[in-house]
Amino acid sequence: MVLARLRPALAAAAAFLTMGVTGCAGWGGSDAGAGGAEAIDVLMVNNPQMIDLQKLTAQHFTARTGIPVNFTVLPENDVRDKISQEFSSQAGQYDVASLSNFEIPIYAKSEWIAPLDGYIAADPGFNQQDVLEPMRLSLTAEDGKVYGQPFYGESSFLMYRKDVLEQQGVQMPANPTWQQVADIAARVDDKVPGMNGICLRGQPGWGQVFAPLTTVVNTFGGTWFTADWQAQVNAPEFKRAVQFYVDLVRAHGEAGAAQAGFTECLNNTVQGNVAMWYDATSAAGSLEAADSPVKGKMGYVAAPVEKTKSSGWLYAWSWGIQQASDKKDNAWKFISWASSAEYEQLVGRELGWSRVPAGKRASTYTNQEYLAEASAFAEPTRAAISSADPRNPGVQPRPAIGIQFVDIPEFTDLGTQVSQGVSSAIAGQMSVDEALDRGQELADDVAERYRSRL
Amino acid sequence: MSVTDTAPVPATRTEAGEPRKPRKPRSGALLSLLAWVVGILFVLPVVWMVLTSFHSEAAAATNPPSVFAPLTLEGYRSFFTGGASPWPPLLNSLTASVISTIIVLLLAIPAAYALSIRPVKKWTDVLFFFLSTKMLPVVAGLLPLYLFAQNTRLLDNIWLLIVFYTSMNLPIAVWMMRSFLSEVPVEMLEAASVDGAGLAKTLRSVIAPVVMPGIAATALICFIFSWNELLFARVLTATVAQTAPVFLTSFVTSQGLFLAQLCAAAFVVSLPVLVAGFAAQDKLVQGLSLGSVK
Repeated sequence: MVLARLRPALAAAAAFLTMGVTGCAGWGGSDAGAGGAEAIDVLMVNNPQMIDLQKLTAQHFTARTGIPVNFTVLPENDVRDKISQEFSSQAGQYDVASLSNFEIPIYAKSEWIAPLDGYIAADPGFNQQDVLEPMRLSLTAEDGKVYGQPFYGESSFLMYRKDVLEQQGVQMPANPTWQQVADIAARVDDKVPGMNGICLRGQPGWGQVFAPLTTVVNTFGGTWFTADWQAQVNAPEFKRAVQFYVDLVRAHGEAGAAQAGFTECLNNTVQGNVAMWYDATSAAGSLEAADSPVKGKMGYVAAPVEKTKSSGWLYAWSWGIQQASDKKDNAWKFISWASSAEYEQLVGRELGWSRVPAGKRASTYTNQEYLAEASAFAEPTRAAISSADPRNPGVQPRPAIGIQFVDIPEFTDLGTQVSQGVSSAIAGQMSVDEALDRGQELADDVAERYRSRL
Repeated sequence: MSVTDTAPVPATRTEAGEPRKPRKPRSGALLSLLAWVVGILFVLPVVWMVLTSFHSEAAAATNPPSVFAPLTLEGYRSFFTGGASPWPPLLNSLTASVISTIIVLLLAIPAAYALSIRPVKKWTDVLFFFLSTKMLPVVAGLLPLYLFAQNTRLLDNIWLLIVFYTSMNLPIAVWMMRSFLSEVPVEMLEAASVDGAGLAKTLRSVIAPVVMPGIAATALICFIFSWNELLFARVLTATVAQTAPVFLTSFVTSQGLFLAQLCAAAFVVSLPVLVAGFAAQDKLVQGLSLGSVK
């Protein structure tokens, strides 16, 4: 009886099993992957610009070139894990991956990604010279070859509420120093109820608090390592910079600063909880979005400085081709399209100019349609990226490329561990000296490994 | 209400020591109230997920939450038509779960038979051996398995997941089926053999009807475990054999809002398990109350 009632279910299961066995080519594993021999597989981070790309690819790239593209999209931390797993083992499952300018020189040194110079030379339409110079520089490895093409890029600058500063009779200089910014923060702090002077990241993480903080360290004359690999984390300049940052955010910073990252500061600024914010240029797009309450009220000036002429950081989500890929030609065709000026125009026409993956090409900033949409922040963004110097961001020579990071594989761990002490200092649970003395030991461990190779 | 009633709970045994019949009005009401509270606590997050899936992204992200925000199908629309098609991952998950569950049952039932009805020598050692395979943390096996898959060119192949899911669920299924099979009264088997029934006849007409709810429960558990497995699927698949849980994580982004769409996706992905659970509900209640937990 029970069996009789279950019989249809069993029959269905059997039918499914047969279907699964015979029909597996449709979705089951096969060596060629989905979409045939021409198809390429792309692994990328789930950011809105990437999702737009995913939507436009079939109609505008595959239709023209006959190359189907299979995307795998993952959140940022997951994608980093998956990419390092895939590329370090050279598994060859993915042809292209979204890599940042932190990974590209490191991966290039390990020969996990393929040099692109040959493709660039054979593809004059791509117009490599149009790519902003700091971007090109940061995606070039020590051997002088280009290993990545930027999809979109950013620097850092100071964003402030024009209306609030005006009310208090404060004038924002075009190139402020950090001391000027601290003074302005003190003057506007709490003048509007519930509005703090400035938002600065305090959340632990090499890519969270240490992104803005390392630029402060740079311009205060500090560095993580000297050119001959001496750790400098508790050197006077490094200490003075961190002390300044911690004091500023503790005195006039946002509520809950020790846990505030990019997202929290964006919310604080949009909701009018802070008068200034020093962070990524890409934040301006959200601040000036049509539904933003602070649209049109924001001013943008260069990253504050102390001893250097500029101090903005440089970050770019870029494309790299896996060395083990056997479809490198098709992979380049995809990159050449996705990173092109034409693609930016396509996004502008199809999805709106505010969604253009900007910050990588000079031509973007002469495009009248883009400027009409992004006039408030386009020029400060271009200026910030153009003035960034990833090889020489401070007052002394560096052992590795990078502005807001040191481009060595150990930095993610080192930066994150030291950042936990800094975050505790922001929360008032530890002194800056204590945090940095601990950091110095960690940094020295790393430095020693490199010293022994000199 | 009976909850506020402070009268002493009646003793469960009479003075003679015989069990007293449970008094419905007092303890019964209390117990059912407790069951309802626990039930609601368990269901609430799911209800919240479903509700959020019908909100707009902006309404889903507010704090405090806006419960009465207008409902929209936007989350579902972008799940099905937004970016990548959800059907290949769903079909992959279905393939992996259904096939591995069938293989598990085909292997676990004979094994359990040999451990309960006609126990092999040292059957307790055998049972413990089965269990010991579950003691290694899954993550400890991940790297060797990845390298194995890479060298055998089985990365991103759904059949690899089927093999892994089968071996992961087999010990549990053997244990469950053993406890169900040991419920079959020895007298019934003796009676069948006295009546001249052979092994096949005994299996079909005596054992099957008794343990069918147990098989249903075991199958459902194996199906759910395979359907929800994320760790192996995330590491071992790429674009071709990607399963639904891996696809789900792709909605999380560090820039922009995703909660409503993620909830819609999570609800759609939970549907097959819910449907299977409802379809087998009466079997499950019998099955899960069988065996050692009776």
